[in-house]
Amino acid sequence: MRPAELIMAVVMAFFSLYLMWKSAELPIGWIPQEGPGGGAFPFWLAAGMLASCGVVIARWFMRASDASRSEEPYMDGPSFRMFLLSAGSLTVMIGLIHIIGVYGAVPLFLIFYMRYMGRHSWITTGAVAGITPVVTFLFFDIALNITLPKGLSVIEEQIFYPLYDILL
Amino acid sequence: MEILNLLLDGFAIAFEPLNLVVIVLGCAVGLFVGAMPGLGSVNGVAIMLPMTFLVPPTSAIIFLAALYYGAMYGGAISSIMLGIPGASTAVATVFDGRPLAMKGMADKALVAAATASFVGGTISVVLFTLFAPPLAEVALRFGSPEIFALMIMAFATFIGLGGDDIAKTIFSICIGLVMSAVGLDIISGQPRLIFLDLPGFFHGINFLVLAIGIYGIGEILWTLETTKGEVTMSKATVSFRRVIVALKDLRHNVKTMVMGSFLGYFVGILPAAGATPGSLMAYGMAKMIAKEPETYGKGNIDGVVAPEAANNAASTGAMLPMLTLGIPGSPTTAILLGGMVIWGLEPGPLLFVEHKDFVWGLIASLYAANVFALLINLAFIPLFLWVLKMPFTILAPIIFVLCVVGGYAPTQSLHDVWLMLIFGVVGYLMRKLDYPMAPAVLAIVLGPLAEPAMRQSLIISNGSFAIFFTRTIDGVPVSGMIMGIAIALFLLPVVKTLRRKSRPAS
Repeated sequence: MRPAELIMAVVMAFFSLYLMWKSAELPIGWIPQEGPGGGAFPFWLAAGMLASCGVVIARWFMRASDASRSEEPYMDGPSFRMFLLSAGSLTVMIGLIHIIGVYGAVPLFLIFYMRYMGRHSWITTGAVAGITPVVTFLFFDIALNITLPKGLSVIEEQIFYPLYDILL
Repeated sequence: MEILNLLLDGFAIAFEPLNLVVIVLGCAVGLFVGAMPGLGSVNGVAIMLPMTFLVPPTSAIIFLAALYYGAMYGGAISSIMLGIPGASTAVATVFDGRPLAMKGMADKALVAAATASFVGGTISVVLFTLFAPPLAEVALRFGSPEIFALMIMAFATFIGLGGDDIAKTIFSICIGLVMSAVGLDIISGQPRLIFLDLPGFFHGINFLVLAIGIYGIGEILWTLETTKGEVTMSKATVSFRRVIVALKDLRHNVKTMVMGSFLGYFVGILPAAGATPGSLMAYGMAKMIAKEPETYGKGNIDGVVAPEAANNAASTGAMLPMLTLGIPGSPTTAILLGGMVIWGLEPGPLLFVEHKDFVWGLIASLYAANVFALLINLAFIPLFLWVLKMPFTILAPIIFVLCVVGGYAPTQSLHDVWLMLIFGVVGYLMRKLDYPMAPAVLAIVLGPLAEPAMRQSLIISNGSFAIFFTRTIDGVPVSGMIMGIAIALFLLPVVKTLRRKSRPAS
């Protein structure tokens, strides 16, 4: 936990600096007749973030915070695997939405997660992976008229336009 | 008398068929969300908010408020049956609820939790009905300095009373406020903080993206790590006769329920406090005044009753500052507040003037939600016990999918979905290092209100920060008084540290 505490504080300190620099693209001082410049609010708050990171780093050296004293690993092996697989499959699913749309990516994600990670039977996996996109489609695309992304235009034209013709 | 008339009008709205349906649905979904380990009202409200676009704004907010209530009831179920708090608000319920379940008295604990929740909810809604209108009337006279001072106080309570690492709390508040500043500058209209020149940042960062990221994705990652996807459940025998007997036995616990309700309500009003400290304090207080404090932690029914009455009362208490002042009393009410803004219902005192129907409809629906949550809870205890057996490896991916489509729906932009994933993962990694996340969510909701209030005040005073201390309303320096409380709250941790240091020396 101890190295992670320092790494996080240092990364966040650099992020704070980036935010300060980015905020300073707009005036950060006082503009006569207008009040504080557009960048002032985020600039000084980012400075607050930087100062907080400074305190976290100082407390790390003094071993004053719980995380800076902890000798426990930040993540043990099984936790790291669970995190990597969950966050990784989620990332792949969102990436796939750009190509095959929500209704292609969601069942693939559910099959991977339930079958590979949960070790559920094909029947349970198939039921959840089949029902979830149908319910989502009926709720969002049909009831709410919120068109969820369909990926490449060919998928939308070939599969969803005929469906809209039937259901709407 | 006027309040009574308004409340009756409110009941007419609450009992409209659509609103009744959403109350029942909200309670049921809330009970389910609350009962699932790791998921609480805040997760439920964040994930379900985009799903409410189907109904009118009043019904949507009634649904979410009912869900909020239901989750408070539901949290006890997994605390008692699994020994894992369904939500942080139900942590204190584990202390005695779990030992009762281990002794084979799970049904007694479940009935006690449901009844105490009902009592807490009812007392707090009555208090809310009495307190809200006068507070809104006072707040109507507030200008931008007072509003900004109130927001500073809301952030100060996180620092003074939050109990988390102060530097990390300040970091969390600041990053939430900076994220709220992304988009176009409200006064000059110039683009601001457009990272990597991505066009998706021009419309700003929707608070829902952060809320769903942290309370949806981040929370599930956290729960997956802590439970490893496994649950072990106690056995429970539930029958109508046993429920009636358990209800009769509760007459001995009325005093604790009432105490928990009042304490929870007033703690709930404080922005950083909310239901979790409310329930823990009620548990502590019940133990302190008990004749046999040594029985606590070993299966004392008062140890279930006190925190459950308190967490429901606190959830209503948290709505008081949200509706009257526009300052949320808990992370859940922060998300509700953000939802209201989306629907064009600006929370604050004007709401009581301009949207009386909405306000009183919501208050009346809280009374109704309380009754329905109790009935659904008692009637469906066996069903919830069955649902709790659902492996987390089925629930987790479904919630991930809900987060993705929920993050997409408000702006219909995949940019926001990516952002939500980043917030969820980074939020989870930071939470592991004790960075509190609730202040960031509160800050991103309050940021768009705090910045104009501050800038308007400074324009009035020509750049002098003294306006926040010197401006008066009818000769009373309201803003200065609020700032005084905020400064005291900021200094509270310093005082605590100094006292702690002086103790060993003395």
